[in-house]
Amino acid sequence: MPASLRELRERRASVSTIKKLTRAMELIAASRIVKAQQRAAAAGPYARELTRAVSAVATYSNVDHPLTTEKPDPKRAAVLLITSDRGQAGAYSSSVIREGERLNQLLRDDAKEVVPYLSGRKGIAYYTFRQREVAQSWSGDSDSPSFARAREIADALIEAFLTPTEEGGVDEIHIVFTRFVSMLTQRPEVIRLLPLEVVEGDEPPAPDEVLPLYEFEPSASEVLDGLLPKYVASRIHYCMLQAAASELASRQRAMKSATDNAQDLIESLTRQFNQARQAQITQEISEIVGGASALADANAGSE
Amino acid sequence: MADESAKHLEVALVAAERTVWQGQAKIVIARTTDGDVGILPGHAPLLGLLQGGTVQVRTTDDEYFVAAAPDGFISVANDRVSILAENAEMGRDIDLEEAKLALERAQAAGTDSEDEQEHVRLAEARVRAAEQAS
Repeated sequence: MPASLRELRERRASVSTIKKLTRAMELIAASRIVKAQQRAAAAGPYARELTRAVSAVATYSNVDHPLTTEKPDPKRAAVLLITSDRGQAGAYSSSVIREGERLNQLLRDDAKEVVPYLSGRKGIAYYTFRQREVAQSWSGDSDSPSFARAREIADALIEAFLTPTEEGGVDEIHIVFTRFVSMLTQRPEVIRLLPLEVVEGDEPPAPDEVLPLYEFEPSASEVLDGLLPKYVASRIHYCMLQAAASELASRQRAMKSATDNAQDLIESLTRQFNQARQAQITQEISEIVGGASALADANAGSE
Repeated sequence: MADESAKHLEVALVAAERTVWQGQAKIVIARTTDGDVGILPGHAPLLGLLQGGTVQVRTTDDEYFVAAAPDGFISVANDRVSILAENAEMGRDIDLEEAKLALERAQAAGTDSEDEQEHVRLAEARVRAAEQAS
């Protein structure tokens, strides 16, 4: 049974309001992606120079640093899960959380205890709803992460890493984040942050490249002491920037399809509305015609 | 290429979120934990931690400037000098009065925790850079 004209008109109005909304969100996400990409590009030189320096120390000296040393029998593993603060981003948060769950399972199968660290309200909500214990969590700036926030996280993780396992420390640290491959593809990924596997720069030196002989001031181990925490912070910042760009790209795509769907719905509602209106007019005409002929018949009979 | 690059240094002053300054220079003077080092073209590869938080640069155009680079480090290789500091800033961009106030505030907050000490160091570096730049 066709809905009434008034109902159809109301539904169409509300769908077009929703369309305006999702369209606005799509545009906002699109403009922020550009900014997020610029930020990622601006953070590039720092990360590149740091990687170069860290691999220089690692290559030209044989110092052992606690942050690069594998612990013999890892028991506790920290997992930093980077999610978004807000929803309306399609499957973004759920797919990164799913990747995190997979990693957790893998670690548990290896008889390691998982210590979760969370960034972003969505992840926090997921964990609190399931009443899981969380070591530490951060939220508030998932779509434009600052370096200060990355350092805060890095400091907390390094501290946990340097604490002995028996006193609640962890033996290894993994990050689960979403890599921004392109506007269309964002992939949830896992990387191991600590112990560091140095020389994993974006561009490994060519095999025939002669690497320079370095002087260290004051000494290689002290330089490494100063560098590694910065390197860790810069890696985390990189992951967060990637995650932010991915979040915005997913949001833009989700909002685009929402806008398209709203448009389809508006079209079909308009059709139904026109049909109902036409049916009403036809009915009115046939009623008038019927009434007129009945009147004519009655008049003819009385004469 | 050796002749060209032997005449100047390619300097990049990089903060965590942006490149502060990039260009060619004749000499870079930085204070590491072992004392001041002057870096001229052809310097041996070096990796050092900065102390005191300022770096002086004389560009190829004979322009001279001071930059604040608190808790940073310097890396030199093949006449490429990179100065990295999370909060690097040009001395001439810092407002001296404002920097002094920030230093006072940081000192008033105390120097007990690592964070507070870092704030003081950062503020000191900014004041020093601003003083030297003016």
